[in-house]
Amino acid sequence: MQIYRGHVLVCAGTGCVASGSRNVQAEMEKQLEAFNLDKEIKLVETGCHGFCEMGPIVIVYPEGIFYCRVQPEDVKEIVEEHLLKGRPVKRLLFKNQITEEMVPHYKDIDFYKKQNRIVLGNCGFINPENIKEYIARDGYEALAKALTQMTPEQVIEEIKAAGLRGRGGGGFPTGLKWEFARKAPGDKKYVICNADEGDPGAFMDRSILEGDPHALIEGMAIAAYAIGSDEGYIYVRAEYPLAIKRLKIAIAQAHELGLLGEDIFGSGFNFKLNIKEGAGAFVCGEETALIASIEGRRGEPRVRPPFPANKGLWGKPSNVNNVETFANVPRIIARGSQWFASMGTEKSKGTKVFALTGKVKNTGLAEVTMGITLREIIYDIGGGIIDDKKYKAVQIGGPSGGCIPEELLDLPIDYDSLISAGAMMGSGGLVVMDEDTCMVELARFFLNFTQMESCGKCTPCREGTKIMLDILERITKGEGKEGDIELLQSLAETIKSTSLCGLGQTAPNPVLSTLRYFRDEYEAHIKDKRCPAGACTALASYRILEDKCIGCTSCARVCPAKAISGEVKKPHKIDPAKCIKCGACIETCKFNAIVKQ
Amino acid sequence: MAIKSPEDLKKIKDEALEEATARINDGTQIMVGMGTCGIAAGAREVMAAIMEEVGKRNLKIAISWTGCIGMCEQEVLVDVIRPGEKRITYGKVTPQVVPRIITEHVINGNIVEDYVVGKLD
Repeated sequence: MQIYRGHVLVCAGTGCVASGSRNVQAEMEKQLEAFNLDKEIKLVETGCHGFCEMGPIVIVYPEGIFYCRVQPEDVKEIVEEHLLKGRPVKRLLFKNQITEEMVPHYKDIDFYKKQNRIVLGNCGFINPENIKEYIARDGYEALAKALTQMTPEQVIEEIKAAGLRGRGGGGFPTGLKWEFARKAPGDKKYVICNADEGDPGAFMDRSILEGDPHALIEGMAIAAYAIGSDEGYIYVRAEYPLAIKRLKIAIAQAHELGLLGEDIFGSGFNFKLNIKEGAGAFVCGEETALIASIEGRRGEPRVRPPFPANKGLWGKPSNVNNVETFANVPRIIARGSQWFASMGTEKSKGTKVFALTGKVKNTGLAEVTMGITLREIIYDIGGGIIDDKKYKAVQIGGPSGGCIPEELLDLPIDYDSLISAGAMMGSGGLVVMDEDTCMVELARFFLNFTQMESCGKCTPCREGTKIMLDILERITKGEGKEGDIELLQSLAETIKSTSLCGLGQTAPNPVLSTLRYFRDEYEAHIKDKRCPAGACTALASYRILEDKCIGCTSCARVCPAKAISGEVKKPHKIDPAKCIKCGACIETCKFNAIVKQ
Repeated sequence: MAIKSPEDLKKIKDEALEEATARINDGTQIMVGMGTCGIAAGAREVMAAIMEEVGKRNLKIAISWTGCIGMCEQEVLVDVIRPGEKRITYGKVTPQVVPRIITEHVINGNIVEDYVVGKLD
């Protein structure tokens, strides 16, 4: 047995790979050899730590020293100073944004302190391409327990008692879903994992697939045992090549150890897993469209009932859950439903992973206990708004969700509180917006997304979202008319209540919630032809303040449209007819003499 | 090897845990002073001896290292921290002393008084 005194963990999640972690890893390998440390220090490639903002991330154990934004040039110093001489390299440590203090240890960083990492517990800690590292962290013990000590009914009861709800959006009780599939008559049943993560800004499922693929496999095997299935499909988008690669490795390793295949744990239970790569259509996140896509048909939803639990893949009873939901399952079986149910709010148990993006200092993945407030997520974990600007709203639940204004920041987050606030949990995307964001433009952005992703099968979604988008585009261009708001509202209600699937039923949500909390911004655009946030280019105008302009001519020189004129040392003027509103003059002016209105 | 029972899984887990001791550990810790002074006095050889001894005996121990502790005169310095006990600092440790420290102190809990230079709570 090779003993190592230290482990160097290099993040190989998609975020860190994009910021160059492959080169860091290669350099680390080279330097460890150069310093003759390759027999003492083990290099471990891990999945995502969630703190992608700070990548590439390198962590050194046993101390748990956290290095951020490591470049290949820094590696030699880490090896020589830290790994050889035991002196952590201070300049690469995480710096607390408020106190400016260096924080050497992983666990002390504010971003992680308020988190409750259960589903993400292994992400960034183990090598996802080595099944033994998962086993070292109690992996597959839950499957062993389920197969050797529990009946399928007991497994379902345990999941029901835990209060686990679907993490993909709807929040349907998982145990109940399993029970429907168990009770559905049929000799062949399927377990399907929905890994078609499509919300702009959401990447928690990808991180689990990349960082802890065995948790998903184990969760699916337990689900299969519970409903009486022997075959599963993971539907994952082809845009996730690293996730697919790691999944394939994980499935092969599980087969090799007999944790997938025939007669698992000598219990007579068989289970095999297939991967189906999707082409990345948003609508395939809807379960009936997803099933159609696996079958090789066009990814279009169909009317429910019959629900997949009775008539799913190839017409057989099927159970569809999302990645994060499955990843919760082994933890619940291993530690018990009571442990799980002790976390969270009355109707929403456990934790939820949120993808924190937008105008927030610490972007990344945060797993928090249900019932935490948005203020804690945005200010304590997220570190507050970039440049300390004023918070305006957060879009929660992606294009199907809604926005939450400042007055609701202290709302405890769970499935039901978000619905009553006009938003939804969705997959857990959180896009933070500051005072410079125009809420009409935001609604237009998300509707543009759902409109493009609409499959076109049903009329309300296909035609309705197009008309809504046209109206929003007009409003942001300053061509809004009296009656537009009322028309938007009536269209939204019709589309919500008559669309075939979740895509259409939720598409108007961003419009409805911005109307609910920021109606004044719509009115300003329509009546005053003014964008209060100053974000809509078509409504903006630039003006030079005569008393501040000293006539340095620098704005006139950078203006690409030659719209600025004036004599040296005398106040300049902008010709609105020529101005293309690019903003180059504002950036150049050292005297704050140019304003955008 | 194919896993056919929960016991088989346990065997693989135990093996895997040994390989991951540097990360997953709540037991005894050995720490070697690896400042320039420590290395000059032979800390790397001591480290190699500790790793060999720990590997040979299949112990689940976290071996870590630290910078100069300040008592350069006493290098090589080795700390042994057993859970719930005082942190013991040994001075002038050579590779020859390592097996004694491991068998007497790390395994059996008897401090090797001859080499102790400090005790911390």
